[in-house]
Formats: sequence, structure tokens, C-alpha cells
Amino acid sequence: MKRRDFLKLSGAGMAAGSLAGLAGCASAVPSKARVVVIGGGFGGATAAKYIRHWDPSIDVVLIERDTSFVSCPISNLVLAGYSSMQEISHGYDGLRRLGVQVVHDEAVAVDAAKKSVRLGRGGDISYERLIVSPGIDFNFAEVQGYEAAMKDGRVLHAWKAGAQTVELRRQLEQMRDGGVVLLSVPLAPYRCPPGPYERASMIAAYLKQAKPRSKLLVLDANPDVTSKAGLFKRAWSDLYAGVLEYRGNAKAVGVDGKTMTVKLEVEDVKGDVLNVVPPHRAGNIARQAGLITTNNRWCDVDWRTMESKAVKGVHVLGDATLSAPAMPKSGSMANNHAKIAAAAVVDLLNGRAPEPVKIVNTCYSFVSQKEAIRVSSVHEWDGNTLTAVKGSGGVSAARSEAEGTFAWSWARTIWADSLT
Amino acid sequence: MRISIFLFVALACAASGAQAQDSATRNMAAACAICHGTDGRAVTRDVVALAGRPREDIAAQLRAFRDGQRPATVMHQIAKGYTDQQIDAMAAWFAAQKR
Repeated sequence: MKRRDFLKLSGAGMAAGSLAGLAGCASAVPSKARVVVIGGGFGGATAAKYIRHWDPSIDVVLIERDTSFVSCPISNLVLAGYSSMQEISHGYDGLRRLGVQVVHDEAVAVDAAKKSVRLGRGGDISYERLIVSPGIDFNFAEVQGYEAAMKDGRVLHAWKAGAQTVELRRQLEQMRDGGVVLLSVPLAPYRCPPGPYERASMIAAYLKQAKPRSKLLVLDANPDVTSKAGLFKRAWSDLYAGVLEYRGNAKAVGVDGKTMTVKLEVEDVKGDVLNVVPPHRAGNIARQAGLITTNNRWCDVDWRTMESKAVKGVHVLGDATLSAPAMPKSGSMANNHAKIAAAAVVDLLNGRAPEPVKIVNTCYSFVSQKEAIRVSSVHEWDGNTLTAVKGSGGVSAARSEAEGTFAWSWARTIWADSLT
Repeated sequence: MRISIFLFVALACAASGAQAQDSATRNMAAACAICHGTDGRAVTRDVVALAGRPREDIAAQLRAFRDGQRPATVMHQIAKGYTDQQIDAMAAWFAAQKR
């Protein structure tokens, strides 16, 4: 491409971006952009933002199905009535103001040879670099009867914040006092390692306060709590004894919505509310685009650039990646993956060689309305992958309201850092 | 003439080297934004705003966290992940950001 053509193009991109900002959803869908991002979660939104932040001459199109971002972090507090859907939902106007062209449609196919993305409503957008941040989809077939029971509204995962979060809250509110809630946790790796145990804490807090004769049974496919185990178990025995019962090595293999039963390998357990989280894999578009490399589930990447090891010119972020050692599938990590990719894409499009980037994870979990616990780690390039820096990182000394305050501060800050 | 061309080339190389170093520091500092806000501009009053804070102050606090001289909920664990050189580079970078 000649330089003046490039200038013309990027000028057009910027003009279209500002028009999109004025016209909202009514803007025309562009046919090309230097960078296309699929998925507007923590990973994709942050990548789109930071490319514009670091090089406003690069035009960026973000393809996202939904018109608002609903945060998984803090969504467990909605289940207990400590937060609201409104509080965890954010629009994409902040990205539009930065000149990102947000297209609300589904990316249904990637043609890596032609370097273009097909949209669900028709039309293609071509790119120079593609960033795919697809989140997760579920391997429903590994839990027999799941999909049928979910269609009947008898079982929920609520592991993508949104309509199912609202429905799980409603079911908890409608349950009789003396009822049993079943929370089933899949084998690791899954999105948000401490998430199931934070959810257990929030459901137990709600039951203890509103329905004290009720019980929560946590059925964990893993042998033990997979994250912050000591801190969670201490909170459970101090706060929720008699309400919350935990069982390890209790993998759900089936669900029967008619009898409200979760089938484990050796026994069946009945409940009044069934919150069964099925095993995950990288989101559907990753499979379609040929980005899945490992166990038919995850996408391996070069951790210096987040470029796919399967498809050149395509970067993969967030929960969909084959995690580096000791790296959780978390919102903080997806946001940091996005910054690695944004830095690499800005360098590559400017003819510079990308350099590895050191990144930080921090995950807070609430164990009561005001108290939280935390795990943190620092990861750096070791010549092969990203590994935790020796001597760094760790967990909270104890649960505290101070950590709760920082947890809320983290949530508000990462929402702003990713979306505005 | 020859000298001025040489000077120009030398300056250009120095500038691009400095730019690469700046962007490496900028990329490393971006990890802090999940709690401290984009470019260190704090979103809440519960965390320290890093943008525009004196570099000596930021560097001294990070070392105090790292060496266990200043108690913290989290920063003592994160600061241990960085070298003296990285702490100084990030402190200078945040100090140079608009508040």
C-alpha cells in the first residue's frame, strides 16, 4: 500500500469512527479496517481501546453481538442481592469515543487466507491483523441431559453474566425456605478459578439471611477447592456452617430436569435449584477459525504477541487461550493479554519488532457482603512462555473489609480501563 | 555537511532507541492500570493516583513495599515481581503522565 493511500484510509477510518460515535447503531458497517477485533469482553474491548490509545492512526473495528458488556466479576454479588445488573452492565460508547467502530453483529466465519471476517447479517470485513477474544462456550454433551433441562429452565450455568444471572437470582428468591441449592463445579481449567467458591459464599450468605433452613451443596468435580482454598474454607466454617456443605471429587455427569436431579458418577443428588456449570472450551468462533490447538478445547499462542500458533496474523486473547503455567482464566488476565496484543499489533503495523511484556494478575473474591480475599501474580517471558516471577505474588493474609473495598475499586477501575 | 549528517543519523538512532525503551516501559506500566487506572489516572479514591506523582516518591514506595518496610494488602506481593531498574523506569513513566 502506498503511504498516501494508507493516510487516506486511516483518515476515512477516523471519520467513520467519529460518525459512528454520533450516529450510534445506525452507522454503516465498514468493509475493511487495519485491525478487526472479535468479541467485546475484557480481552477484546481492552485490545480495541489500547490500539487506539497507543496509535490513533490505526482504524479498529470491534465486532460484538451484545449492545452491553455485562461483567462476570461482581455478578455473583447480584445473586445475593448485593449488586444489580445495572451496576455490572456497561455500554460501548466509551470505545466509540476513542474512535473504535463498534459493529453489533456476530462474527460467524474467519477466512485467514483472504484475511476477512464474515458477519452473521451478511457482509465481510477485511483486516491486516485480527484479534479474536471469543470467551468460552460449553461442552454441554459432557453432562447428559443438560441442554434439554436448560431449555426447560430447570438448570442454569449463569457462567456468562446476563439473562441466566437474572434467572438464577429469581430461582433463589422463589425457592422455599428449607430447599436445597446444588452448585456443580467443572474440572479445571475453567473460566475464573475462584468464581465457583465466591458464588458458593454469596448463595450461602443469601440463604443464611433470607432462608435459614435451606442448604447449599457444592459438588466439585475437582478433588479440592482449586483457588484460595484455605481462605474460602476458613470463611465457610466461620460464616456458613450448617448452610454450606462442600464435596470434592463429585463430578456431574448428567442432569434430569423432570426429577430435579444431578447425577454424579456414583450417586444422584436432588435439589430445588440446579446451578450446574458444564466444562468449557474456547468460544465457537475460535473453533470455526481453526484456532483451537489443544484437547479440542483451547488456543495455544505465542505469549510475546498473543499470535495464534495455528493461524498467522490472528491474535487470541483471554479465557480461550491454552493458559500459560499458573495463569488463571480471569478478567485481569484477559485485559493484560489484550495489552500484549495491542502493543504487538501497534509495533507490527509500524514496522517494529514486538518485545515481550510483563503482566500482572489480581483476582478478588467476596466471601461475605463486605469481606473479600485475593490472589495475585506477576508473569514474565522466560524465553519460552510466560511464567510467574519467583518470590512474587500470593494470597490475602486473611479475609477483610479492606480487601472488599479494593475489590470494588478493582472492578470499577478495570471496567473503565477496558471500556473507556 | 558530513558531520551534520552524521549527527542527524546519530540523533535519529538515539531517538528511536529511546522510543523503543519508552514503549517497553509504557507496555509494562499498562499492567498497573487494572487497579490504578489507564496511564495511572485513578478511577476511585481507594487507590493511589500514579499519574504525575514525583518519580522519587513512586520508586521509594515500590521499594518499601518490595522490601517489607511498608505494610500492604497486595503491593508487597506485586512489587517483588520487579527489578530496581524496572521500578525506576515505571516511576519515571508515571511521573511524566498527565494527572
